[in-house]
Amino acid sequence: MRPLTLRRLLWTCGSLVALLLVIIVVALKLGAVPVSVTDLVMSLGRVAIGRSDQLPAEYRLIVFDIRLPRILLGVMVGAALSVAGAGFQALLRNPLADPYVLGVSSGSALGAIIAINVAPQFALATPLGAFLGAVATITCVYFLGLREGNLDSTTLLLAGIICASFLSAIIMFLMTTLSSRDQRGMAFWLMGDLSTPQTSDVRWLFLVGLVVAIGAIYTTAADLNLLLTGEREAAHLGVEVTRVKLVVYVAASLLTALAVSASGAIGYVGLLIPHAMRFLFGSDYRLLIPASALGGAIAIVAADALARTVVAPTELPVGAVTAIAGAPIFIYLLRRRMR
Amino acid sequence: MSASDTRSALASRDAAAPAAELPRLSVEQASYAYAHQRRSAPMFTLSATSFQARQREVVAILGPNASGKSTLLQIISGALKPLSGRVLLDGVEIRSLGTRTRAQRIAFVEQQSQLVFPATVGEYVLQGRHAYGRALHLATEEDIVLGMNALAQVGAEHLADRRMDQLSGGEKQRVILARALAQQPLLLLLDEPTLHLDIGAQVDLLERLRRLSEENRQTVIVVTHELGLAAEFADQVVLLHSGKCLRVGTAAEVYQRELLEQVFSASLDVETGPAGRPRVSLRSRSDGAGPRTT
Repeated sequence: MRPLTLRRLLWTCGSLVALLLVIIVVALKLGAVPVSVTDLVMSLGRVAIGRSDQLPAEYRLIVFDIRLPRILLGVMVGAALSVAGAGFQALLRNPLADPYVLGVSSGSALGAIIAINVAPQFALATPLGAFLGAVATITCVYFLGLREGNLDSTTLLLAGIICASFLSAIIMFLMTTLSSRDQRGMAFWLMGDLSTPQTSDVRWLFLVGLVVAIGAIYTTAADLNLLLTGEREAAHLGVEVTRVKLVVYVAASLLTALAVSASGAIGYVGLLIPHAMRFLFGSDYRLLIPASALGGAIAIVAADALARTVVAPTELPVGAVTAIAGAPIFIYLLRRRMR
Repeated sequence: MSASDTRSALASRDAAAPAAELPRLSVEQASYAYAHQRRSAPMFTLSATSFQARQREVVAILGPNASGKSTLLQIISGALKPLSGRVLLDGVEIRSLGTRTRAQRIAFVEQQSQLVFPATVGEYVLQGRHAYGRALHLATEEDIVLGMNALAQVGAEHLADRRMDQLSGGEKQRVILARALAQQPLLLLLDEPTLHLDIGAQVDLLERLRRLSEENRQTVIVVTHELGLAAEFADQVVLLHSGKCLRVGTAAEVYQRELLEQVFSASLDVETGPAGRPRVSLRSRSDGAGPRTT
């Protein structure tokens, strides 16, 4: 018997943090203006010891004002989407659940677009609208997925896919008919993109929301392991099922909303990263949640680095890269499940 | 901690409980009604049912399909709130216990346990310790010893590192039972545990349950429609039919030919076996064929 130990938990997370740092340095290096790794590490070191004023001006602009904020946003978006995906997979007992497939991302995007148009003067309206859109969509998909009082995984998935395409169509309709100054383009909301700079307020809101929501989901990690065997069974083993479901639904919707309001609807990260982490480290949620957060961050930073460089000097939306990589793997998982 | 320590821990917990002559489980006039919607007429009702069980006793809730057996078991587990009446465990109403406390006292073995993502047998059995864990519920040394003891009690310690989806039906059933034992319950509830097992595995499981109820001083309640197995292993039989409790007593008291024939809609022969326990066999409809034991 080899149960999860604190030591294994810390080692795994430590290794993933180290890998994330390496990917961040590589992503900082990549771009139109060449930067050497040595210079990068030196200047990061200077920033770390509080001597950022000694950096050359153009360096500060390119590396720290343009590339780094975008990469850090990618870290937060990746972590948020992956943990939301892992949470939905446990709650719905469906390995194919993720914010994008279930339509929660599209619902969130629609909520954000409506909020921007209704209250353009409030910066917080976008994340709030996105959150309400996410909650409304997951509630709707959940009830559509019920068959005779039980959650049917195929019906649920179909309900999610139909909701997603319906909501995407409404988004397209609104983007075509409305002419608001705050519109950031159809590709942003439907595909996801990290190129839009965020204000410092939004960044802080994102960081706080991310920490709170991932923390809330993590407090239920052991319960989620049991919930995967079924709600009634989990209750017999001592899980307060209603409380756990409420916490995870709200927190996963919040994570989706934060990610979508900052970067649009990036697909497949929430689905594939938890699966990759399960494959590597096992399916124990106490390890899976931090591993998914870090793995999601690594995946988005890497995908965005690709999106910036693969067809340089033009840029792809990061969602296009995740979809190109993700869709075939999704089909593989679907076929393996049906067999 | 060894197996004997575990038993002494259980014994000390029992000592704290009310005097031994009090029944461990007391089902008092418990009834239930299922309806499609809150205001619509009930589709199924379980009429008021009462019985008592002491520690070390094995009780079979017996009846054909749709007789209300599983509903009664869910009421006893505290998962369903009875429409009327109450269920007491050591004098305390089960519904008044918190989810965690309830899981420390009552373990429930479902008909089958489905895992969405594969887990090892060890991880699965440690789920039985969930109600005792704190914060992250990381397994302590004690949890591991208790988990291994539970596996040893069902003869499955060699499976600890195997994956659940690689086990045979009988092995899986034993591991599910081990998870319930790891909860160290006072009351062990099993819903049709022999359903997917061949006859050898059925007898093995029920013999184990008999022994475990003695060793761990547990009260065991088994839902079954197997007349023969219930007669062989149960100290007490609760006979249900179409949501009504027809009789409660020892197998010898409950197993009367006319009654069983009416309940199970089959022609049966009931005779007394060597240990005084009744034996039921199916009377063949075609002449000349010998009786088949159910």
